[in-house]
Amino acid sequence: MTDVATTIPLTGDARRSNKSVLRRLVANPQAVICLVWLLGVLLVGALAPWLATSDPNTTFLAETNAGPGTPGHPLGVDSAGRDVLNRLIWGARESAMAVAVVTVVSVALGVSTGLIAGFYRGRFESIAGFITDVVLSMPGIVLLIALYALTGPDVLAAMAVYGVLLAPSYYRLVRSIVLGVRNELYVDAARVVGLSDWRIVGRHVLWAVRAPVIIQSSFVMASGIGIEAGVSFLGLGDPTSSSWGIMLQQSFNSIYNNPILVLWPALVVSITILALILFGNALSDVLQASARSKVLPPRARRRALAAAREALPGPTTEPTPLGSSDDVILSIRDLRIGYPAPDNSVNQVVHGVDLDVRRGEIHGLVGESGSGKSQIAFSTLGILPKEALVVSGHVMLDGEDLLADDTKLAEARGTRIGYVPQEPMTNLDPSFTIGRQLVKGLRAARPMSKADARKRLEELLVSVGITDPDRVMGLYPHEISGGMAQRVLICGAIASQPDIIVADEPTTALDVTVQAEVLEILRNLSLERGMAMILVTHNLGVVADLCDTVSVMKDGLIVESADVEELFSNPREEYTQQLLASSRSVELMEDNDE
Amino acid sequence: MSEPLLQVTDLVVRFTGRRGAYKEVIRGVSFDLAAGETLSIVGESGSGKTTIGRAILGLAPVTAGTISFRGSPINTLSRADRRRQAKDIQVVFQDPYSSLNPAMTVEAILVEPLRAAGIEGGRNRVQELLDAVGLPANAGTRYPREFSGGQRQRIAIARALALEPAVIVCDEPTSALDVTTQATVLNLFKDLQEATGVAYLFISHDLGVVNRVSDRIAVLHEGALVELGPARQIATAPRHPYTRRLQMAAPVADPTIQRRRREERLLMLEQSDSQST
Repeated sequence: MTDVATTIPLTGDARRSNKSVLRRLVANPQAVICLVWLLGVLLVGALAPWLATSDPNTTFLAETNAGPGTPGHPLGVDSAGRDVLNRLIWGARESAMAVAVVTVVSVALGVSTGLIAGFYRGRFESIAGFITDVVLSMPGIVLLIALYALTGPDVLAAMAVYGVLLAPSYYRLVRSIVLGVRNELYVDAARVVGLSDWRIVGRHVLWAVRAPVIIQSSFVMASGIGIEAGVSFLGLGDPTSSSWGIMLQQSFNSIYNNPILVLWPALVVSITILALILFGNALSDVLQASARSKVLPPRARRRALAAAREALPGPTTEPTPLGSSDDVILSIRDLRIGYPAPDNSVNQVVHGVDLDVRRGEIHGLVGESGSGKSQIAFSTLGILPKEALVVSGHVMLDGEDLLADDTKLAEARGTRIGYVPQEPMTNLDPSFTIGRQLVKGLRAARPMSKADARKRLEELLVSVGITDPDRVMGLYPHEISGGMAQRVLICGAIASQPDIIVADEPTTALDVTVQAEVLEILRNLSLERGMAMILVTHNLGVVADLCDTVSVMKDGLIVESADVEELFSNPREEYTQQLLASSRSVELMEDNDE
Repeated sequence: MSEPLLQVTDLVVRFTGRRGAYKEVIRGVSFDLAAGETLSIVGESGSGKTTIGRAILGLAPVTAGTISFRGSPINTLSRADRRRQAKDIQVVFQDPYSSLNPAMTVEAILVEPLRAAGIEGGRNRVQELLDAVGLPANAGTRYPREFSGGQRQRIAIARALALEPAVIVCDEPTSALDVTTQATVLNLFKDLQEATGVAYLFISHDLGVVNRVSDRIAVLHEGALVELGPARQIATAPRHPYTRRLQMAAPVADPTIQRRRREERLLMLEQSDSQST
């Protein structure tokens, strides 16, 4: 059994740079600046007894309202004779405490209830949902002012209450994530393996909520600083304390005598809030990055393309169609498609493909996942993903190069080239009826009256095996089956009478009995209308059933292209033989003849 | 084959919706599985084949009927007792991407079942398991995303093997794989069965795949079994018209044979149409 390991090498390119979160954060200058400021505030707060030259309320009466730069008082002295820098240092301590209370209370309450509600659901979820709705509908500041009447000027109590008010945002966040995670197969696998619920939550669920909770926390902390300052500014704080909010309030009272005093607390509050929010953004970029392949900005894109073209072997020759050119409807020459790699080079996935499709021919494009077969189909339609780079090549439709001219491509798409997608359900808009979508699509391709379009589509629906087109056109996509949806999409693709249809795995998502019916429809359409077709598939049975010509793809190249009978009876390439052997090994034996 | 290892009797699974409305997904299904045997359940989407597997694993509710393992019912056990049973019945899911936690190394994934069962000395066992499924010894320190689909499925198989179960429920284990990978993974299943004597309940939509691996095949249609018999008979000479339709619909990778099969199939459909009208 171990010999299998040697035949299947580990996918090396999948080993993405696995830098730790911290190192990726450090690479982001904005995050570093914010982090330095925030750590600085924390450190100053922690070391306040040693950093401050005196108690926050020590007064230097002789120097009341002294300006910044006074010897011994770098930021000056306030109207009560207290040193401003000292008070800011002590204030950092108070603000950090206030923020810690808000965060701890809201995280503890919101995350724990969110986990339970999401994982167990049931009655707890309904009750918790009701309570969060009530809490969310309460006006926070008003509640805190009302609380003042009860507790007096106790900022920490007010912050704890504010933490309770913020808990619903954590609850909702965590619950929605847990709802998704509990349906993951790895959670089911953990259950089957015999893990207790607690261990499943600890090992699998907490991990999934970790990043979003951390990101949310940085925003909650920012709002905590703001609320602490706000509550104190409204006069609900303890006037003997030196929190930033109290400083703001007191300096505001003496704004006519010493306007510059407002500046210091306002500055630290604003910068700290800004730092928390920007740091939260940077964190979410790092933790939730899904940057597999990135969309390059236009300039980098042009540069990468130029470099990739430079590296091409030899000059790209002008397209020379094979065979009699008037017989070939679509011809692809030297097509190379790539994706930007992390180091801004181009990672080619299609390495110079030539392909000819004759009029009325069904051309199968077979290959395994990652062979580049869908990339070719997408490029003929101009629907490659945004980040894709067409390094070189021509897609000639009836002698016109579609890749060279975007407007020609846009004109041809949907009118001269039809498209049948892989997932029928996701390719229908759930909010419109089948009839509206089909009519709209047809009228966009071929201007005609609504009534004419509808009449034509009804005839076509009958030809794809839908017996009651009138009823089906009134239905919404969720009301029809996958097989029916694929018939509707085929009908949409042929409605504009295209010269060629590109079908990307049109039967992969369907059951085998439905697949047989859809293949039958495609065959009849091709026979009756003389339409050419590119059929992208991984299923050699489908190819044998439907295609006239087959091209076998491997690693972005066509390794063998031949007439269907020829390829199946006499495959030349080793890879083709291997594919055939694998697929015949799971095939039904033919000894069932009655 | 004195006493069946796993016995499912008159299984009914109902999912209740809002306001008491319910949908009967499994409607009285019975079968049994002997030690070391492979029984396959074949059906199309919506036939309920996955639900049967989930019911046996304790992941779907059993409305009526019994599922017994070695003669004692397991569908009525409490969750804690059920966990103790876990080591006997394991699973390999269809999707090798979402069935492995992306945050855990392969070793952590393989040690998890051992730890849950309170087995010490996990590390050596991990090496044995990796070796058994044909993965390199250094795979343990890596993350699932570094592996291809077929390799991930090997990891999932190793996890299922970790507790030396008597039964593995394989829910479409190769349908997300390429055809060449599928062939090697199916071989691996067979090799492991020979080496360990594990029984498979193999769930699939593909009669061809099932024919390759099974001793017996059960055909499921709309929540009920329509036919159950030896694999070769079901796959090549089915008696029930539905199985026959399934069999004829699967395209064969040979243009000449496929043309003949296609004509046969159309003829067959015509006949059944004319009979029904």
